[in-house]
Amino acid sequence: MTITSGLSRRVFLQGSLAALTLAVTAKGLVTAAWADDAAQKYGADSMPGGTVDDPLVFVSIAEDGTVTIVAHRAEMGTGVRTSLPMVVADEMEARWEQVKVVQAEADETRYGNQNVDGSRSVRHFLMPMRRVGAAARQMLEAAAAARWSVPVSEVKAVQHEVVHERTGRRFGYGELAVDAAKQPVPMVDALKLKAREDFRYIGKDRVRMVDLEAIGKGQAIYGMDKRLPGMVYAVVARPPVVGGKVRRFDASKALAVPGVIKVVEIPAMSGAPGFQPLGGIAVVARNTWAARQGRSALQIEWDDGANVSYDSSTYRQTLQAAARKAGKVVRNQGDVAKAWSKAPEAERLVAEYHVPHLAHASMEPPVATVQIKGDKVEAWTSIQNPIAARDAVAARLQLKPENVKVNVLLLGGGFGRKSKPDFVDEAAIVARAMPEATPVKLVWTREDDIQHDYLHTVSVERLEAAIDSRGQVSSWLHRSAAPTIASLFTEGAMGEQLFESAMSAINMPYLIPNVRVETAEVPAHARIGWFRSVANIPHAFAAQCFIAELAHRAGKDHRQFALDLIGPACQIDPGAMGDTWNYTESPERYPYDTGRLRGVINAACEGAGWGRTLPEGHGLGLAFCYSFLSYTAAVVEVAVDDQGAVRVLSVDMAIDCGPQINPERIRAQLEGGAIMGLSLAMSSEITFTNGRVVQSNFHDYEVLRHNASPRTIRTHLVNDDHNLPPGGVGEPPVPPVAPALCNAIFAATGKRVRSLPVRTVV
Amino acid sequence: MTQLQINGQTKDVEGSDDIPLLWALRDELGMTGTKFGCGMAMCGACTVHMDGSAIRSCVTPISAVVGRAISTIEGMETDRVGQVVQQVWIENNVAQCGYCQAGQIMTAVSLLKTTPKPSEEQIDQAMSGNICRCGTYPRIRAAIQQAAGQLAQGAQL
Ligand code: FES
Ligand code: FES
Repeated sequence: MTITSGLSRRVFLQGSLAALTLAVTAKGLVTAAWADDAAQKYGADSMPGGTVDDPLVFVSIAEDGTVTIVAHRAEMGTGVRTSLPMVVADEMEARWEQVKVVQAEADETRYGNQNVDGSRSVRHFLMPMRRVGAAARQMLEAAAAARWSVPVSEVKAVQHEVVHERTGRRFGYGELAVDAAKQPVPMVDALKLKAREDFRYIGKDRVRMVDLEAIGKGQAIYGMDKRLPGMVYAVVARPPVVGGKVRRFDASKALAVPGVIKVVEIPAMSGAPGFQPLGGIAVVARNTWAARQGRSALQIEWDDGANVSYDSSTYRQTLQAAARKAGKVVRNQGDVAKAWSKAPEAERLVAEYHVPHLAHASMEPPVATVQIKGDKVEAWTSIQNPIAARDAVAARLQLKPENVKVNVLLLGGGFGRKSKPDFVDEAAIVARAMPEATPVKLVWTREDDIQHDYLHTVSVERLEAAIDSRGQVSSWLHRSAAPTIASLFTEGAMGEQLFESAMSAINMPYLIPNVRVETAEVPAHARIGWFRSVANIPHAFAAQCFIAELAHRAGKDHRQFALDLIGPACQIDPGAMGDTWNYTESPERYPYDTGRLRGVINAACEGAGWGRTLPEGHGLGLAFCYSFLSYTAAVVEVAVDDQGAVRVLSVDMAIDCGPQINPERIRAQLEGGAIMGLSLAMSSEITFTNGRVVQSNFHDYEVLRHNASPRTIRTHLVNDDHNLPPGGVGEPPVPPVAPALCNAIFAATGKRVRSLPVRTVV
Repeated sequence: MTQLQINGQTKDVEGSDDIPLLWALRDELGMTGTKFGCGMAMCGACTVHMDGSAIRSCVTPISAVVGRAISTIEGMETDRVGQVVQQVWIENNVAQCGYCQAGQIMTAVSLLKTTPKPSEEQIDQAMSGNICRCGTYPRIRAAIQQAAGQLAQGAQL
């Protein structure tokens, strides 16, 4: 089978629908804008910078044969810095041992979109990188054919050489480098992409992460590790309440701390938070420790502002009350009210679920180094969205964006937090206050990270369903009450927006005649950000627990009940479910495929031995999810003791993400997603009192550790289909884990946990 | 000025001796393999060895390590157990973002030095102070068991 460049851009241009774009305005502040553009662009084409597939941008060959491939997307642990260059190397028949990967600086005009977020890297760049590699290979072949004066059809690139098959003559890539670069770049329709059976690296697990060895030796350089001569270190005391300000401060004690050099005031944010620094006082010192000591010695009086009344227990009541009232209808099919009123009392089920705020807590806290030399600025940072950092710094220093160079270092985790460049902006503000050319490394401590994060939302989800006399679900109401990410960019934005509802609330594909999905208009009092898998977390938690509850009420096996609700394999237009967002992808290319959903459910269940007899106190729980264009399912086995302590024995994780580019890294994401899903299910919670985050470090913001981690995580990669467009991998593993856990706890104990984190079952 | 013994070499740290070893290593000596994760002995990212046992450098002032042999991740390449652990870490493709892994490796090496054949529970006990937010725990466990096996074989040869 030959894969042509059939995933052409033309297909992207069909149709018309609204898409959310997180667009960076000229001022460097970010606004959420609903583009309602007649010439609708989908996927990568809807992203700033789009895609670039010019081999001269991404590939260079040295005369010694070393092939240098540019990784233009930041590495935060998914392996993308390896996977995309590996795709190029495969298509161009380069030997991986002779490939060097270099990291691109922020430049979307040159490289295409660089915002590593939304599980988009392979989804948007698989085909462009294949084209880059194929074009490079064809240019090498053309150069060799020209040297031998033979038709190009007689030569073939094989493992770093071009071979003239008839005569056995060959040139190494290094020998052809100069000539090949002078060859015209082939047109897209003249590209010959490899047939799948000719792949050497794609789908093969032959390539390890490029940084693996350096990581193990402590030589890998993260944002936290940047060093420059004369560098100084800064930490910031930020307003404890979002929107607060410094009323007055006294820095004399701070300045008396040995090693402290200076204090710098960071202006308070105003209006919607966006990517603005929160404000506060920075302390600059000769090392991070002195800066921290200096910060502790600051005396600051804060003006807390309106969010000082934010209190998590009161707010939960607000959410609950909102979830019990009619909300804004975002999907309406049939007549839910009528079906509800027809159902006998005993056949009506109502449940409310709660997921708290979560902090990302990447092991490397946010950190950025900035150096200003005249009208030129250079930044070194671990950031998911380097262009946003460039634009924020340029706006802050009133420079042209091209005067700001942002170097992307390894990220010690990101999970959505490091999409926001506020910390780079802070470093620029401090650097501006220092003598010319002083490099400033601005470090967030763990306390800063947990107390001033762009938090995952907090939500109450209310589900109502009726079961008819034949045991079928006749009506389904899902009402979400949660502050929206849009409040980050638009002051006063209330309640979930379409792109949030379209993460596992609105786009539910079950065969239920009467469906209504609503959102409640609730305000935000914290910076609401996006956390790995975003609104899928609360929506899938609620809906997937609720299906198990319905199965139990109907007296049916959960797996069979779910498969019956999903029905036979078919492709659904997401728009028909009211999901006109579809992760910005075309509904034709990415329909909701219930057959693929069935596939992962079956794979996870079979892997876990669904239906087997379990010891007393054990339970198996299932949950599944469609997110970021991929299908996932999880089956968790737990043991619950008589004290209510929960031990997770095993997790089976299944994914269908379409073509599998780097299966070993897909498995790693499934394992990591299982652990992160269990973390949020079992121990993590951010709460507010008096507008302030209560938790401050890993002693009270708990995440899963070795001892609570399941000893067994089995991963099941389903349906490696190169005829399908790729789905996401980084985020999709997370959402099914928490509901699978709670369903397992129910199976083990008969007790329903509807509020996270679980901690103990009482 | 404080004199320290790090990876077999003498290093001078300027300034006061109450600075935690972590920041002396990273900011004053430029040895950035040892990582900052929490600053309060809660995450293990900053783990180094003092006379062979794992300590959290973020809460250990340099005054407390004067005259003691400190080894860091940068010194593991010349350590017999360290080499084996680094190698099995690669073979098991343990790392995701990798930020926690220097600390994980340092704790694993000290575990294997005191407990050459650790049980599941001993692995839990030794390793639970090291957080990995990317969730590499199952591979870390597998890697430690593999390293233990290899070290035991090596000892017999
Ligand atoms: S930084 Fe020392 S234990 Fe976390
Ligand atoms: S590999 Fe990322 S924190 Fe452990």
